[in-house]
Amino acid sequence: MTAMKKNRPSPASIMNKAVVYTLLVAGAIIMLLPFYYMVTTATKTADETFTAELVWVPRNWKLTEYIDAWKADRQNASLGLPVTGELKKLFSTLWVNFSDAWKEDRNFPWYYMNSLIIAVTTTVLQLATSALAAYAFATMKFKGKEIVFVIFLGTMMIPSQVTLVPNYVIVAKLGWIDTYKALIIPWIASVFSIFMMRQFFMTIPAELWDAAQIDGCTRFEYLWRVMLPLAVPVLVTTGLFSFISGWNTFLWPLIVTNSPRLRTIQVGLSSFNQEFGTKPNLLMAASTTAIAPLVVLFFVAQKQFIQGIARTGLKS
Amino acid sequence: MTKDETRRIGGNERLRAKRPGKGALQDLGAYLYILPATAVLVVFHFFPAFYAAYISLFNTNLLGRWDFVGFGNYVEMFSDPDFIKSVSNTLVYVLGTVPIGLAIALAVAYLLNQKIRASGFFRTSYFLPYVTPVVAISIVWMWIYKDDSSGMLNSIINLFGGSSQRWLLDPKWSMFALVVMSIWRHLGYNVIIFLAGLQNIPQEYYDAAAIDGASGWKLFSNITWPLLSPTTYFLTIISIIGSFQVFTQAYVLWPGGGGGPLKTTLVVVKYLYDVGWGEFRFGYAAAIGYFLFFVIFLLTLIQRKALGNKVYYQ
Repeated sequence: MTAMKKNRPSPASIMNKAVVYTLLVAGAIIMLLPFYYMVTTATKTADETFTAELVWVPRNWKLTEYIDAWKADRQNASLGLPVTGELKKLFSTLWVNFSDAWKEDRNFPWYYMNSLIIAVTTTVLQLATSALAAYAFATMKFKGKEIVFVIFLGTMMIPSQVTLVPNYVIVAKLGWIDTYKALIIPWIASVFSIFMMRQFFMTIPAELWDAAQIDGCTRFEYLWRVMLPLAVPVLVTTGLFSFISGWNTFLWPLIVTNSPRLRTIQVGLSSFNQEFGTKPNLLMAASTTAIAPLVVLFFVAQKQFIQGIARTGLKS
Repeated sequence: MTKDETRRIGGNERLRAKRPGKGALQDLGAYLYILPATAVLVVFHFFPAFYAAYISLFNTNLLGRWDFVGFGNYVEMFSDPDFIKSVSNTLVYVLGTVPIGLAIALAVAYLLNQKIRASGFFRTSYFLPYVTPVVAISIVWMWIYKDDSSGMLNSIINLFGGSSQRWLLDPKWSMFALVVMSIWRHLGYNVIIFLAGLQNIPQEYYDAAAIDGASGWKLFSNITWPLLSPTTYFLTIISIIGSFQVFTQAYVLWPGGGGGPLKTTLVVVKYLYDVGWGEFRFGYAAAIGYFLFFVIFLLTLIQRKALGNKVYYQ
């Protein structure tokens, strides 16, 4: 095999490579086209969205104007100016469209804030309750441990649509409709996170606890100072998934909130779409800003994300 | 010497007795550790599964009316044309998304698993749709599917000489539109799991087969496909389960309720939502939820049963 690699590639393998790349590139274009449509439309002016034919490249994206201006006046323009000017104009149209969306629906800042509050709080609390429970399941012996764990795993099989009506009744009886409590508390425990963390905690040798005890470490201190720092990669991965589901969740916040000020960004976007659904540039600007945080998060934590899915997907 | 040793051993035993996992005294502490998670899980996940069964026996709007109807809601379900329509629509959706979605995902994973440049770029572009919130990306697709020549899909079709279609408004195309968007959004997830499965197949098998003169399709059908079967099986089941629960796309792409043109995209969960929060018939909605639970439970059982004997392991 290695000897073959050193030789010049055969025509057949070049053909093969060409086919592979063509397919992959074509696929990637299809996958990215909707994003291209979203971002270009978000930077279109209103009249560019009401044409008979689709405007593929908005006026703001065309460099020609800038290059002409730059050619006409070489003395004043530095080399980088056309591009920075271009970017500025792009952002300003995106901003104009987005601020127009805000003007149509004054509650947009609330939507973002609510989603951020809910996603962050859910993530933090879920990590806390999961770490505590996982620690007990991994290292302690107590009566009913097996039964409780089986019940936990059993709840994973219950689809959330089944518990939709009863949970709505429970939340209503508690008087939580239209409060943050309804949006956060039912989701601050996750069997999936508990399971992931338990698996990790079980790999830490018990001798470490013996050593820590000699140093006068209590059980909670051992969790806080030894186990959790070791578990940071697991915490990051589970936290990531919990943040994303908190940001993306739709059906539950749709039914437990009535007042616009408690809507999450997803519910807010959906109602904006139903009320002002005729202005694609504003809708795309709003969608872009709802998607952007997750795309950024994905690029920052791509590795944890993909490994997390590959690992847990195969395990369960 | 001996004294010292016994003391050390004794001391060790004392330590061991205190270590987590030993001794009845530890129990009380353990319950405190599991209490927060258990409380939430029992109240909002475990108990509701039973409570749903109870509610499903009533005709209730959750306000004043709580009329006991026994299994009336379940009986009504099977003579309710809209419910039957929603089940058959969901089945069409499942049959549309799962086999095709997985086939495309496997092909992409197979291509990505070869030694190629810029694999990171490809992986990212295939995966990106999966991280997008369904509501936001459905709004984008609404406009991609716009019914005249200013829609993106129609523009592309016109470019190749085809004629514009009313993707969302034509009952002939509405389910197709829903399926295509869903395949697009889930592809990356399936690709990543397939890739992990492919990378688990030891290279030696391919090397050995290559020595025997096998190549191309033979390698795939005799090595890749059988050794990948646990992954394929897992993905098939979770894709089916996930597809049965489709809601948000169907809700956003056809705002205003009704379930698309001629109810062609009225899926089970959408119907559950309409019945509950549209018509305030929560007992009936709970019964529909239970039907879904039953279907998913059955699929999980099949998965357990079949995983044992139908799938190759290395």
